[in-house]
Amino acid sequence: MAIGFEVNGRAVSVDCAPRTTLADCLRHDLKLTGTHVGCEHGVCGACTVIVNGDAVRSCLMLAVQAKDAKITTVEGLSMEEGLTPLQTAFKKHHALQCGFCTPGMLTTLHALLSEEPHADEDRIRDVISGNICRCTGYITIIEAAMDARSSYQSGEGDKA
Amino acid sequence: MKLPSFDYQAPASLAEAVALLAAGDGSARPIAGGQSFLPVMAFRLAEPSLLVDLRNIPDLSGIKISDAGVRIGAMARWRDLLDDVRLAEAMPLLPAAIDHVAHYQIRNRGTVGGSLAHADPAAEMPTLALTCEAQIDVVGAKGERVLAAADLFTGALQTSLEPDEIIVAVRFPAWAKTKRWGFEEFSRRRGDFALAGVALCYDETEGRAANVRIGAISVADTPIRLKNAEAALEGRAVDAASIEAAMAAASGEVDPAGDIHASARYRKALVGTLLGRALESAAGRKAR
Repeated sequence: MAIGFEVNGRAVSVDCAPRTTLADCLRHDLKLTGTHVGCEHGVCGACTVIVNGDAVRSCLMLAVQAKDAKITTVEGLSMEEGLTPLQTAFKKHHALQCGFCTPGMLTTLHALLSEEPHADEDRIRDVISGNICRCTGYITIIEAAMDARSSYQSGEGDKA
Repeated sequence: MKLPSFDYQAPASLAEAVALLAAGDGSARPIAGGQSFLPVMAFRLAEPSLLVDLRNIPDLSGIKISDAGVRIGAMARWRDLLDDVRLAEAMPLLPAAIDHVAHYQIRNRGTVGGSLAHADPAAEMPTLALTCEAQIDVVGAKGERVLAAADLFTGALQTSLEPDEIIVAVRFPAWAKTKRWGFEEFSRRRGDFALAGVALCYDETEGRAANVRIGAISVADTPIRLKNAEAALEGRAVDAASIEAAMAAASGEVDPAGDIHASARYRKALVGTLLGRALESAAGRKAR
């Protein structure tokens, strides 16, 4: 089926079988391989992308369901200009090691902090409980998210 | 696990969706948020020939609060319920329980109607509907009908819905502001499937509990009411003695299966413990 939607500010059209998940469409058809696929059944959170402002698991959404949607992947967070404040905080706090879960962590936290820039530590812990990380023990990820909040509070979170 | 092949339609009306399902002769399935049904397909527990996506059908997602109770459209998402500040006032049990539904990203797409139709005994909404004696509005090829929640769930992931029937809304009966309620569930990791859970509500007249309704999650093939525990409390003051009696009744009347996550014995004990906590918070003696 032919579908059109917007990814990272760019209009795209793809021809996907209905069974194609949004995750596979992004990776295979659009070559946006920053979105990682871990468990493929909605448990690990690695494939999280932002659809119309909401963090969603792209393995639990069909590409055909993305028709006319606005999608942001990890590639769309910083584009060419450099790291966003959230990404900078991840680097500063060593909030990643192998990096497999990182795209899902960044998209999830970007969606959260864009909507709730004053989210407290409990809220951040609750939200990323849906993202599995096997390297960091989460502490540094939470520190990075807490540190990045000020840039969202001042409206700079979106800027590289 | 890639999904099996299927055709896909996203009709713009309920009538069209029902017609597509009816023409599918049992092999077409409706899809709402897909947060359970996509994994079901990935595991090959279902291989529909056609998916009928309900997302373009108007008026399926509203939340209406009136003197008659709370009516939730089938396509309302968990986050829509959590975002609706009126619900905490109108029926506080609902947001308290829904706060336990899955994880952040799932709550952005998962729906109330989808959860009821999926009929997972480990899910919150089926037990809430059963406990609160909700009515389910359904439409199918033979027209509209109303199902009591107690008549909807027939087994694990099994309902009494016909293949061409679609859940339109769930209606919770009027909720008195003075109603006491409690909700407790336990999972290994927050947001994961509950090892067991308890939802309850009762009225309090002259210090005694009336209309006691207690439902349990994850201790049978379907959501169940804990009738013996209800009887242990009905007409009595909710105090240490009656709570203890209800806990023992609850542990005694359930016959859960054991699995890799928890043994049957553990689940039996857990449902009693959770009931005790839920009753304590309902009675307001302790704000857990």
